[in-house]
Amino acid sequence: MSGTRPAGPLETALRVLFAVVLGVFFINLFAAMATVVVNSFAQTWFGGWWPSGFTTRWYGYADSQFAMVDVLRFTIVVTLAVAVLACLMGVPAAYVLARAQFRGKRVLLALYLLPMLMPPLTYGIPLASQLYRTQLAATLPGVILINLVPALPFVILVMTPFIEQLDPNVERAARTLGASPLQVFRRVLFPLLVPGILTAALLVVVRTMGMFELTFLVSGADTQTLVVALYTALFGAGIRPAQAVDALAVVYMLTTLTMLVVALRFVSPTQMVFRVRE
Amino acid sequence: MSARQGLVLSLPAVLFLALAFVYPFGYGLFLSVTPRTGGPLANYAAFFGDEFQRASIGNTFALALPAALLCVLLAVPLAYRMRHGLRGERVLTALLVVPVTLGPVFIADAMLFYFGPVGWFNRTLESLHLIDAPVRLLHTYGAVLLAIMLTAFPFAFLLMLGYVSGIDPALERAAHMLGAGRWQTFRRVLLPLMAPGIATAFALTFVLAFGVFPSAVLLGEPGGSTRVLSIAAFQAAYERFDFSAGSAIALVMGALQLALIGLVFALRARLYAGPARGGKG
Repeated sequence: MSGTRPAGPLETALRVLFAVVLGVFFINLFAAMATVVVNSFAQTWFGGWWPSGFTTRWYGYADSQFAMVDVLRFTIVVTLAVAVLACLMGVPAAYVLARAQFRGKRVLLALYLLPMLMPPLTYGIPLASQLYRTQLAATLPGVILINLVPALPFVILVMTPFIEQLDPNVERAARTLGASPLQVFRRVLFPLLVPGILTAALLVVVRTMGMFELTFLVSGADTQTLVVALYTALFGAGIRPAQAVDALAVVYMLTTLTMLVVALRFVSPTQMVFRVRE
Repeated sequence: MSARQGLVLSLPAVLFLALAFVYPFGYGLFLSVTPRTGGPLANYAAFFGDEFQRASIGNTFALALPAALLCVLLAVPLAYRMRHGLRGERVLTALLVVPVTLGPVFIADAMLFYFGPVGWFNRTLESLHLIDAPVRLLHTYGAVLLAIMLTAFPFAFLLMLGYVSGIDPALERAAHMLGAGRWQTFRRVLLPLMAPGIATAFALTFVLAFGVFPSAVLLGEPGGSTRVLSIAAFQAAYERFDFSAGSAIALVMGALQLALIGLVFALRARLYAGPARGGKG
């Protein structure tokens, strides 16, 4: 299509802009990320292009200081639990939105959309104060609960269009042939839903890994996720060597990017950012 | 599906959100109007009456509006350039998701060394003789703006890309055939079709920037120019242990954000809203 006309000055300017913006963006982004990795292996790095020597001891040090392995385990448990629970509640709700027409559907949609449009602190602070009161704050259930608030609407919004594009006649045919509702679900609907559920669950895992604000509001010393531990370590900068903090950051980065690579096998990157349906 | 089945299937989600979102929201409203001392509006009066506190509103908008505008202004031409796909598109978009996924806390950590006085950025500029002495980049307004852009720009770009690739190339070809130049085609055909997407991308990028918290603390001046609303709310609730005042500030934040999104979508409703596909009709 671009062959229909010779490239004009506009097209050339655009090509230059494209290369410059993305070039500057990626060079600085990846150089900054590389700094973190290099520094986590540095003996000392006070100036100069490169550290004075390399060591892996900061990883052990970070583990003893930040309980890194425990934090990692806690993070994995939280993200998996949030993904599973959000799908268990969200998929049936999305099914209703996709298949049924009823009065009050707009109200339901508003209820599902609002948590994504509100700054997390607006409901996070009062919710955290309730969780402190009921002794649920700084516990595993409390951290899971507060993270479910944005995760559940997200699953519903991802699954609804997915279910809409499944042909309802398949379910109808199964029922006509005498299948019970449970059988329709188990034999027909569920296998069709699996790719969508997998996508939604992976996206929730990736988002929950990086979810800072809400987790931060309710986490205690033993109930930190990696991102909260990293923030706390950075906030107390100067207390511990920067290399140890960067070792923690590298562990966070590797965990998150591993999940991202897995997720990208199933979803296209444009789907990763939430897209509001028209 | 019977009404009863629909109800049963929606019930877990509805109950959960009622309990963990609607109720806390209402409880927050209640908390905010029952301050420790003073009348029902004492928290709001204290917030709006105190110049230091009130400044957090301006600080937040001063970060979020330019960030959202810049991101969208950059994203639109870049997405336009990629409208028919590009070699290596999948790799490029996958790389763009990386900063979005890593999130602001990690970005702040990476920026802290990289843009610091002895970091690679200053060092490179010095060795190229572009500067004589390291430039102070960290703990400034600019550092926070940059940190927001690092996660918000890919977000806006990927959103715009989603919209642009949904526009039928046939429309563009038709415009060419009818004698429109490239600029005219962009201005008269593609831009109007992209406009609703631009509004959505702007609103969502704004939301992302408006809630800025970790980078404003770690990279900015949390006692000064980057003391944003989320810092004010957090300090009230967790440093003064006044959940009532914290809820009030958080609600001011929520109201302002909703007002701006409402404005954007009200403007959006006046834009062209028709099919982005060619063909019969």
